[in-house]
Amino acid sequence: MSTHTDTAPADEELDVLDPRNTKFDLIKEGARRDGVEIVHYAPRFPVAGTKAERRIERSIAFLFFLCFLGGMGFVVTYIWWPWRYESGAAPAVLSKLYNPLLGASLGLALLTLGMAIILWAKKLLPEEVSVQVRHDGQSPRDEQILTAAHITNMGEELGIKRRPLMMGALSLAALPLGLAAGAPIVGAIIVDPHRKDENIFDETGWNPKYNNGQPIRLTREDGSPIKPEEISVGGQITVYPGIPGGATNEHADSPTLLIRLRDADAKTARDNAANNTRNAGSQWGSYVAYSKICTHAGCPASLYEQQTNRLLCPCHQSQFQITDNARPIFGPASRGLPQLPIDVDSEGYFIAKSDYKVQVGPAYWERP
Amino acid sequence: MKRRKVDLSRLPAAAGEALDERFQAATPLRRLMNKVFPDHWSFLLGEIALYSFVVLLLSGVFLSLFFDPSMADTKYTGSYTPLHGVEMSQAYNTAVRLSFDIRGGLFMRQMHHWAALLFMAAIVVHMFRTFFTGAFRKPREANWIVGVLLFWIGLLEGFCGYGLPDDALSGTGLRIMTAIVLSIPVVGTWVTTSLFGGEFPGTVILDRLYIAHVLLIPGALLALITVHMGLLVKQKHTQWPGPGRTNNNVVGVRMFPGFAAKGGGFFMIVFAVIAAFAGLFQINPIWLFGPYKAAVVSAASQPDWYVMFLDGSTRLMPAWEIRFHLWGGGYTLPPIFWPTVVLPGILSMLPMLYPFLEARWTKDKRVHNLLQRPRDVPMRTALGCMAIGFYVVLLLSGGNDVIADKFNISLNAMTWAGRIGILLVPPLCFYVAYRICLGLQQHDREVLAHGVETGIIKRLPNGQFIEVHQPLAATSNGHGDEHGAGLEYAGWTVPKKMNRLGALAPTVKGFFYPIEKPAPPTARPVEAPVSPAPAREEITSGH
Repeated sequence: MSTHTDTAPADEELDVLDPRNTKFDLIKEGARRDGVEIVHYAPRFPVAGTKAERRIERSIAFLFFLCFLGGMGFVVTYIWWPWRYESGAAPAVLSKLYNPLLGASLGLALLTLGMAIILWAKKLLPEEVSVQVRHDGQSPRDEQILTAAHITNMGEELGIKRRPLMMGALSLAALPLGLAAGAPIVGAIIVDPHRKDENIFDETGWNPKYNNGQPIRLTREDGSPIKPEEISVGGQITVYPGIPGGATNEHADSPTLLIRLRDADAKTARDNAANNTRNAGSQWGSYVAYSKICTHAGCPASLYEQQTNRLLCPCHQSQFQITDNARPIFGPASRGLPQLPIDVDSEGYFIAKSDYKVQVGPAYWERP
Repeated sequence: MKRRKVDLSRLPAAAGEALDERFQAATPLRRLMNKVFPDHWSFLLGEIALYSFVVLLLSGVFLSLFFDPSMADTKYTGSYTPLHGVEMSQAYNTAVRLSFDIRGGLFMRQMHHWAALLFMAAIVVHMFRTFFTGAFRKPREANWIVGVLLFWIGLLEGFCGYGLPDDALSGTGLRIMTAIVLSIPVVGTWVTTSLFGGEFPGTVILDRLYIAHVLLIPGALLALITVHMGLLVKQKHTQWPGPGRTNNNVVGVRMFPGFAAKGGGFFMIVFAVIAAFAGLFQINPIWLFGPYKAAVVSAASQPDWYVMFLDGSTRLMPAWEIRFHLWGGGYTLPPIFWPTVVLPGILSMLPMLYPFLEARWTKDKRVHNLLQRPRDVPMRTALGCMAIGFYVVLLLSGGNDVIADKFNISLNAMTWAGRIGILLVPPLCFYVAYRICLGLQQHDREVLAHGVETGIIKRLPNGQFIEVHQPLAATSNGHGDEHGAGLEYAGWTVPKKMNRLGALAPTVKGFFYPIEKPAPPTARPVEAPVSPAPAREEITSGH
């Protein structure tokens, strides 16, 4: 088969059953019937078995061989390589290589397979240029008219225009049914955010109701209470309500940052709080406690810069001035962090005098 | 009874006939195999997304066999000792177990994650290609819209998957998501509590995310991909202009065997890259992050790259909160509402409308099957570059804390750079892209009119030096000179270098030694009348 560039004229039908047809004649005829003209079709190697052709065959065969090696490597590694994680020193090296070996072997197998197939297609399949006709644009006018007639006829037979009563009745019937389709989904999952029994947005784990109305202790994650002297000057600690499950995600809005300010800063903080009706009196000595839940997006604002008394939220870089009612001073947060009013009980442990006086966490529509 | 002999050589034909008797498949099958696909590297970008999606489905099915999205409390007892005895959700527990106690589980997890990143990246780059070449124009507006939807639904799918392992990063991502939903006016609180079944994080959210991640959203993606491919087959692929290519044909290779073989091979290569990445490069090491706790977060908490631009927009947004009183109640519109609800809303609607806006703007209602070079439509290209500039500023701002840390820049300076950059960079991109387009256009016309620079400097008798230009076609006066009529621009690459005109001999094949005689140039480039070099005469003895 040599270059078939200009054989039969495109529109002439071929007698497919003629035994004298070559296979390419049939292919061309098939293509023609599908609106495709093969305008150029030439074997890459007109003379079979040349040096160049054999070289390409060898390359492809070599790639398949590499694919074989990669595939074998993957299976062997997967089955026999030590893969369990070990915390020991010596044998851990081998198991650490498990994953890289899987990736390298499977990668090699697939890469060489892909390259072999592409090389085969590009170097050994005949060079081809085919042209297919597009049938763009609209359908023939008569087809449009026939279909449009059918559709409009449907409407007329049903008498949509003629029978307004029926249409009204149908709409009436369909409306509740449509609601019925949506009702189970909406109705089953809907939760009233302002339920009286569970103040989702107004309460945290610091509400004394969790402790029979008694003030709740500030505790560490392990539940141990905290004495003032356990925090060094300039130090900070994340505290949780001292109630069962207080440090779990059940009370995801309760984590609080307890900070011991330097004396001068503590005075500044107290002075600033004095002008703030909500925060006045919340400070205990040089200790302040602010909600750790960022008022912007709810991340824990946890990077405390001791020198400047700023608290940075690592999610969106909102910064709060701890000595000034945790006012937002940079970034996208628009509200200060709520302050937890704290005190020390008779045993010398920190307690929360009450719950937060303002909602914790991100703002929302109904929030004043 | 006489035993009939089975004629093996007749078997395929017999099977084919038996099938055709039942399904009449001969004609449609041949039509499919004869379908012509145009060939250009940029048409493969969408294929990468498709193949990544297949890898996602395969690896995802594996993961689903071992992952349990339950939020029930449990204690870790697996083989990763640093987490021994740590309280965690069943979801995090099974995700860590997948990484350490399931043979090859970590490989599958990483493959799934890398494939997701590649899937989104391929969609974005494919979208660039479609946009800048005008492939979205009539009749393909619907498929463009499907493509935009695929991006956003893909993003949603990725986000759901990111939230599933219940590690510190996923929980933080979910919490931010809560704040975003909360910020929606009127319904925000209702939607949040309904999604979470009460207060964040509650006990049901992972189950819901899971069913969305493994059934609902993949189903939507699959349906949309089917529509995407179906429309592609129905409307046929666009093609670049070129010899023999018109608005009414497709020039290329038929689907079988040529195109399918190359496509299959390419699938294997995409798969190979994902597999190699999954094995060699760690991604999302959840065991290092620990289980999600509301009080714990680390610096450099970044989402996956395709969500990062929204994180960036959130970081850049100034603290502009709107509070007002209405009917006796106080109401709030938090600043997070604009960059995370309004912006994505605009960014999803505007691209979908773009084909229609452009058609109206250019008053172009024709059908286009030929692509445009970006330089030939400076306005669209400039708009696209403006959008990319906008996007890149947001993307970089999504990691501005890491940039600030690594390059020792003030974090606040980075935020301000982003805030100013988001205003300055897009118009700058627009202007620069527009000018580059015009410059490239002009250079094309120049080469068509005057020819290719040959690098040959000629001295004229009057002492003037000129560079010889090789005209691309014979002009009226036989010589291409500066004022020749030149050629018409055909919307396709103009050769601008001499070796594009066949001025160099073809490469000799063979690595160590030539494997064949260099073939004589198939067609002496008649359109490039470079006079052949004078045959060298052998220097003989001087006589």
